[in-house]
Amino acid sequence: MTTNLHLDRRVARRTVLRGAATAAAAAGTVGLFGASAFATPEKANEMMTKLLGGKTAKEGRVTLTMPQIAENGNTVPLTVSVDSPMTDKDYVKAVHILADGNPEPAVASFGFTPASGKAEVSTRMRMAKTQNILAVAEMSDGSAWMTKTEVKVTIGGCGG
Amino acid sequence: MNRRDFLQVAAAAATVLGVGPGGLARAATAQGISQGDLLRFPAKGNVTLLHVTDIHGQLRPVHFREPSINLGVGEAAGLPPHITGKDFLKAFDIKAGSPEAFALTMEDYVALARQYGRVGGLDRLATLVKAIRAERGDKVLLLDGGDSLQGSWGALQTKGGDMARALKALGVEGSTGHWEFTYGKDRVPGLIEELGCPFLACNVKDTEWEENVFDGTHMYERGGVKIAVVGQAFPYTPVANPRWLMPNWSFGIREETIREQVEAARAAGAQLVVLLSHNGFDVDRKVASRVEGIDVILTGHTHDALPVAVQVGRTLLIASGSHGKFLSRLDLDVRDGQVKDFSYRIIPVFADAIAPDPEMAKLVEDLRAPYAAEYAKVVGETDGLLFRRGNFNGTWDDLICEALLAERDAEIALSPGFRWGTTLLPGEKITMEDVWNQTAITYPAAYRMEMSGQMLKDILEDVADNLFNPDPYYQQGGDMVRVGGMGYTIDIAKPIGSRIGGMTHLKSGKPIDPARNYVVTGWASVNEATSGPPIWDIVSAHIGKRKVVTVKDNQSVRIVGA
Repeated sequence: MTTNLHLDRRVARRTVLRGAATAAAAAGTVGLFGASAFATPEKANEMMTKLLGGKTAKEGRVTLTMPQIAENGNTVPLTVSVDSPMTDKDYVKAVHILADGNPEPAVASFGFTPASGKAEVSTRMRMAKTQNILAVAEMSDGSAWMTKTEVKVTIGGCGG
Repeated sequence: MNRRDFLQVAAAAATVLGVGPGGLARAATAQGISQGDLLRFPAKGNVTLLHVTDIHGQLRPVHFREPSINLGVGEAAGLPPHITGKDFLKAFDIKAGSPEAFALTMEDYVALARQYGRVGGLDRLATLVKAIRAERGDKVLLLDGGDSLQGSWGALQTKGGDMARALKALGVEGSTGHWEFTYGKDRVPGLIEELGCPFLACNVKDTEWEENVFDGTHMYERGGVKIAVVGQAFPYTPVANPRWLMPNWSFGIREETIREQVEAARAAGAQLVVLLSHNGFDVDRKVASRVEGIDVILTGHTHDALPVAVQVGRTLLIASGSHGKFLSRLDLDVRDGQVKDFSYRIIPVFADAIAPDPEMAKLVEDLRAPYAAEYAKVVGETDGLLFRRGNFNGTWDDLICEALLAERDAEIALSPGFRWGTTLLPGEKITMEDVWNQTAITYPAAYRMEMSGQMLKDILEDVADNLFNPDPYYQQGGDMVRVGGMGYTIDIAKPIGSRIGGMTHLKSGKPIDPARNYVVTGWASVNEATSGPPIWDIVSAHIGKRKVVTVKDNQSVRIVGA
């Protein structure tokens, strides 16, 4: 049991490191914050369509793990994994993360190749308020898949 | 589980548990209940799990009134534990006025409390535990579900140390946490050492690398059965309580982590998997429906006390109450890695019926001695019943809000929806110990500030969603924030942002203006560097001036949609 836990830890650390590095790179191109008006579900959908080159994403194959309630809206951890064999013939090309209540709907994009071995990434994001976070995967066969989850950002101060 | 399943469970339970004829019901008075009656149990199988939880610092017997309002939403609406009073008695076939009726509901509470006396006390628990150990030998595993090390002045002064010593002496063999973390990250390791048993919390990770802070699982062997106990701390500790007290620890429900721990335990040969949980009942009911392979969930946090094991699929959910009022005994027949049969009883710890264990009685007196003089100081007297539990208000919180409004000269008072705190009967003296039993926390500052009407609405909406979000995974398990000086209407069936209406400033009778600023006082803010006198000074000063306290029936919250 103890051995298993240590193994888990190593995997987790490597995944986080990889994710963090990719996120830093992606942030440079996508941009995290900027505009003053908040995104809306419509704006998030528009951005998704733009990122997918006009395609629409179907629900499924993507797992987005986030806390139901954020402990600290300034740095909310998230993990996206996509169900894919990651072979030369069938792999995930990109994963996009979108937010429908932040100043900008685009949060981060991650590129993958079959050499990635596993389509999984972990990073952290800032959240301005309670909203839906969307994770979208573009596959090598041209299909796109997505999932979304609501993350609450509470006022705090009176709970317990 | 649907309502029909539940009723079947309840009917079956009534015969198994001796709740019907031949059980405790025949005892007419406390004097008629014997220790033997409380210990009577249809022993079964090769494992006995004993569970206490949420003792909240109460070393000695207390009064504790169960809630009259405990609403469930979504799929949990109308299901236990969301039934109270007469409905509860009917659902579980319990006779009004019986010892079980007194222990499990608030029906006729004051008269029955005078008849049956106080409940709990570590020395009484020790007597029961020793008797069961003598009967069941190496089959017994005693677990604490957390929130036992906080809730009294002694616990606050020793940062949980007094309760840790008492639980160690009781023979607790595994624990998890919630309020324990509010003693701060530097205190928790020492506290665990003093507790002297595995402290299990698979859902606590460090914020930097998401590495485990505590052990998640511990393997025990009892009665020849390998038992894996997976610990689950309160998932929203850094949200409901100050994050600055545990800045490097991240919590959360982390269903995936629970699943991994259960699978790893099975792979390591566990024949019985127990989740020792501080999730709260509805969260655990959902966990049971989604995570395969958990045989038993020992639930905690929401302070529910149920006379039956609630079955969800193959998982048994046990709800053992709070404040030392109950000891749960679950006998299991485990063969071939499966629970073949079980029997369960929530044993009410009637203090007058149980001989105190002399060693524990001595330890309790020693632990209380440094504070005995302060505890005994009488600050006033109460005319009516002072209790805390209920989704929207309790008379203790009404009194606290009244004290805040008067002592801090404010228009509106807010008091947190804590579920812990003992009960005082009409005519009883109010001592400093009683005041601390409602207020002893590590962030007690009574603040005074301006808040807009809109901000007040946002706070009420926010807290209401923590309680009434139809998805249990978004529920934090406290009660609604208590409000003094203001009335409101709540529709619990609506979504966040539209539950609260009719906000009225009671003194002027005027509607709350979203744009106007109000002078608001409150305590237990999760924000760091909140300033103000400790709440116990405010409350004791106010009671001291009133001398005899009469708390009127609170009609200022109107509930719809329930």
